[in-house]
Amino acid sequence: MAKVTIDNVTVEVPDGTTILNAARAIGENVPPAMCYYSKLKGSGGKCRVCLVKVTKSSEANPRGMPKLVASCCTTVADGMVVENVTSPEVIEARKGIVELLLINHPLDCPVCDQAGECHLQDLSYEHGAATTRYDFERRTFEKIDIGPYIQLHMNRCILCYRCVYTADQLTDGRVHGVINRGDHAEISTYISNIIDNDFSGNVIDVCPVGALTDRTFRFKSRVWFTKPMDAHCDCDKCSGKVTLWLQGEEVLRVTGRKDQYGEVDEFICNTCRFERKKKSDWVIEGPRRIGTHSVISQNHLPYELNVVNPQIAQPQ
Amino acid sequence: MGKKILLEHIDKPEIKGIEGYIKYGGYRSIEKALKKMTPDEITEEVKKSGLRGRGGAGFPTGMKWSFLFKGSDKPRYLLCNADESEPGTFKDRLIMEKIPHLLVEGMIASSYALGVRTAYIYIRGEYMYILRILEQAIAEAYAKGYLGEKILGSDYSLDLYVHPGGGAYICGEETALIESLEGKRGNPRIKPPFPAVAGLWGCPTIVNNVETIAKVPFIINEGGETYSKIGIGASTGTKLISACGNINKPGVYEIELGLPVEEFIYSDEYCGGIKGGKQLKAVVPGGSSVPILPQRLVTKTAAGTPRLMSYESLAEGGFQTGSMLGSGGFIVFDEDQCVVRNTWNFSRFYHHESCGQCSPCREGTGWMEKILHRLEHGHGHMEDIDLLWDVQRKVEGNTICPFGDASAWPVAAAIRHFRDEFEWHVLNPEECTRRNYGMGVAAAEPELV
Amino acid sequence: MTATNNIAFSPERMAEVQAIIKRYPEGRQKSAILPILHMAQHDFGGWLSQDVMDHVADLLDIKPIEVYEVATFYTMFHLRPVGKKVLEVCRTGPCMLVGSDNIVQYLEKKLEIKDGDTTPDGMFTIKTVECLGACGYAPMMQVGEKYHEFLTPEKLDRLLDEFRKDA
Repeated sequence: MAKVTIDNVTVEVPDGTTILNAARAIGENVPPAMCYYSKLKGSGGKCRVCLVKVTKSSEANPRGMPKLVASCCTTVADGMVVENVTSPEVIEARKGIVELLLINHPLDCPVCDQAGECHLQDLSYEHGAATTRYDFERRTFEKIDIGPYIQLHMNRCILCYRCVYTADQLTDGRVHGVINRGDHAEISTYISNIIDNDFSGNVIDVCPVGALTDRTFRFKSRVWFTKPMDAHCDCDKCSGKVTLWLQGEEVLRVTGRKDQYGEVDEFICNTCRFERKKKSDWVIEGPRRIGTHSVISQNHLPYELNVVNPQIAQPQ
Repeated sequence: MGKKILLEHIDKPEIKGIEGYIKYGGYRSIEKALKKMTPDEITEEVKKSGLRGRGGAGFPTGMKWSFLFKGSDKPRYLLCNADESEPGTFKDRLIMEKIPHLLVEGMIASSYALGVRTAYIYIRGEYMYILRILEQAIAEAYAKGYLGEKILGSDYSLDLYVHPGGGAYICGEETALIESLEGKRGNPRIKPPFPAVAGLWGCPTIVNNVETIAKVPFIINEGGETYSKIGIGASTGTKLISACGNINKPGVYEIELGLPVEEFIYSDEYCGGIKGGKQLKAVVPGGSSVPILPQRLVTKTAAGTPRLMSYESLAEGGFQTGSMLGSGGFIVFDEDQCVVRNTWNFSRFYHHESCGQCSPCREGTGWMEKILHRLEHGHGHMEDIDLLWDVQRKVEGNTICPFGDASAWPVAAAIRHFRDEFEWHVLNPEECTRRNYGMGVAAAEPELV
Repeated sequence: MTATNNIAFSPERMAEVQAIIKRYPEGRQKSAILPILHMAQHDFGGWLSQDVMDHVADLLDIKPIEVYEVATFYTMFHLRPVGKKVLEVCRTGPCMLVGSDNIVQYLEKKLEIKDGDTTPDGMFTIKTVECLGACGYAPMMQVGEKYHEFLTPEKLDRLLDEFRKDA
C-alpha cells in the first residue's frame, strides 16, 4: 500500500495505482480524463488534460518531478505529494491544452448528438476560455458512415484512441485505426470498410466527444429531452444490462450504463444497442441516477448543486 | 589540431572495407574485450570515460548502460539510433558511409558489454544507400568471424541487423524508434517504464546514437581514463560537429570539446568564416531544436567569457542567453538571413513531423506554423507575436516526449532575441515579402538556363 | 484473405522477404513491415495501392488496417501513383539558407507543374521533403536512393536529361 496526498487530502491505495485512480478513490477534485478509460488496456497519456504537479516524488525521494505528469499513467509511490487544483501551474496548463483541443474542433454543439453528455463540452466549460484566439481555417473531413449503425464525424475527434483500443480488445478483427500523421491524423477504415462485429457499437459509448455517434439515434432528440432508465434483458451475447433513453413510451437509444466518469460498467452487444428498441424488449429497473453536473438535471435539482457562490443559489 | 578519435583515417578510401579497416587498427577492441575483459569491466571503462550520448540529450552513456535490467531471463537488445533527422545534423552519415566498420565494431563491443545477443541498427529510410554499405560491412564482419556464433573462438555470439525507417523524424526519439522497429506507427511511448527495463518487445533495451557507439572501441583500446582526459570538464572527448549554413567550408568536423566557438567558425581548419565576407548574424549550435544565439552571444557568453564548444559553455546563461550543444548540428546565419522566415521554416518542419499522438503537440505545432507563416508573409498583427509566445509555452513541457519542447524552443528563442525583427515584419507588411530585416537583398527570381 | 489483382512478389524477392522476417524473433514478424513496404513500393510501380498493402498484410499475417496505419504514417511511402522519377527536394532550414526555394521554383517552372504534382507524361513528380541529412551539401534532392547535392539550375538541367534517358 502507498500513502499519497492529493490537494492536501491523503489516501492509502494499493501499490501500482495511478494518481488519477487515487484521486478517484478520494472522489473530489478528480483530474479530467479524455483519453484514459480504465476498462481499456493501454489507454491514456495522450490528451494531457489530466496533467498534475508532483511536488514530492516519494518518502525516499523528496524531490518533485521536473515536469507536469499525466496522472492517468503515473503510478503513486509511498509519500507522494500531488497538486491538482491547488496548483496554478496545473490550472494554467490545463487551460492551454483545452484551448489547443478546441482550435480544430468545429464547436457545432447545437447540431451534435453528443451535446449534453460531451466530455469536451464539460471540460471547456470548466477549464476553457469563453473565446478562441484561433482565427485560421479549421481542419475538416468528410463524414463517413461506418456501417449501418455508426457515423464517424472526424471533425470532432480528439484522437483519444479509445475506439481503437475498444476494437482491438473487444472484437477479433479490428478494421479501423488511426491513419496519417500529426494534425492530419484521422480515425479511419482507410477504405470505408464496414465495422461488422457484435460489439462494434461500444466505440460509440467510449467516444468522449461526438465523433462516433449512433445512427439510429441521429437527430431524434436532444439528450436532455430524454429520460434514462436502467433496464436489462436476457441476452446470450452480453450481460444485457443497459440504460434506455426514453421519450414518452418510445425507446430512442440504448447505451451501456455509464458511471460518473463516463465509463460503462459493462460493454453491451449490438443487438441490445441497435435492435431492441421496444420497451417490451426490456425489464425496466427504474430511473437512472443522474449526476448533478448533467445537463439533464438542469433546473430540476437546484438545492443539490454544489455552487461556488452561495448567494446565487439562494432562492429569493 | 585537436585529437581525432573517429575520423583519424577518414581520408583513406580503403578504410571502407574490412581489410583496410583492420590495417588501420580496426577490430582490436573486439579481441581485447572478448579475451581480456568482462562485460562489467567495459561498462566501468565507459563510465570512467565520461562519454555522453551524442544524439542530442548528452546523457552519460555508462550510467544509461548500468540501468539495463538484468534481473530476468528475457533477451536484452541493443539498438543503434541511426535515424539522423535533426535539421543541421549530418554527422552519423559520414561515419556509416566512410567507416562503416567503426560502427559495426562499436556495436559488437557494446553488445558484449551489455550481454546482448541480437542487435539492430535502425537507420532512417532515406539513407537506403548507406544501409547497403552497412549490410556489406556486416557481411564482411560475419565472414571474418567478428559476428555470428562463438566470435573469435569465445563463448560470445551476436547477430547484427540493419533496419530501415520509413521517413519520420520522431523515430529518432528512442521509444518511437522501438515502436517503429516493432512494425508500428512511430508514436513515442509513455515513460516509465524506460527502455532499459521494458523496451523492444517488452525486453530490456539500450538505444545509443551512432557516434556514441563509435566511441566505444577507442575507450576499450585506450581506456576510459585516457578518453576522459580529452575535452574539457564534464564534456569529455571529441564531438562530431556538422557545420552548415552560410559558411565557407560546410562539412563534418571532429573537434575536441572545449574548442572556442570563435575559432570553430573563423579558423580555416574548420568553418573558414562566413561566406562572401559577410557578417555573422546568428548561430543555431546544436540542431534545429536548440535555441538560436544572436551574434553577440555566439562567441562570448553574457558574462563576457569566451564561448566554448562544450555541453556546459553552450548552455551557459540558460535559455535566456545560452543554448545547447545538442546533436552538433551547427547552423550559421549570415547578415542577409531572415530569422522570422527561418523560424517559420523550422516550425513547418515540426508541424510536418509531429506524430499527432498527444494533443498539445498535434494542435500546437500547426498553430505556431500558421502564425509564423502569416507574420513572414506580411499579414501578421502585433498581437500575433504575444500569441505565438503563449502557444509555444503551452506546448513546452506538456507533451509525452521531448518533441513538444523541441518545437517550442526555437520559437521562444527567436522571439526572445529577435523580437524587433518580428515587429518589423508586422510594421512593413509589403517590404518584408521582398527583403529581410536590417540588411539584405531581394530574393532573386529564378532564371531558366 | 488472399492477394488480389495478381499482386505478388517474384520468387527471388519472396526469398528476400522471408530472410527479412527471420531477422526478428518468432511471432514478431510484424517488425518486418517497413523493409517489406520499401520492397513493395519498389516492385509494384513506385506506390502502395490498397491491393499491395493487403498483400503485405497477408505476408506478415497481420490485419490490413495495421499496414494502412503504418504506411500512412511514414512519408517515404506514396499512397497515390507517382512519376517514374520522384524529385524529393529538401526544403528545411539549412537547405533554405542556401537557396532550396529557388531550386523548387526552378523545377516548377521548368517542368510546368507544382510541388506534389506529376508531369503529364508521368515522368517526374516534385515532392518537397523535410531534412534529409545533407545540410552541409545543400541545396540537395534525393531521387530514388541517390542523393544529388550542391544543386544549381545548370546541374538540375543536366540531371533531368539524364533521368529522361535513364527511364
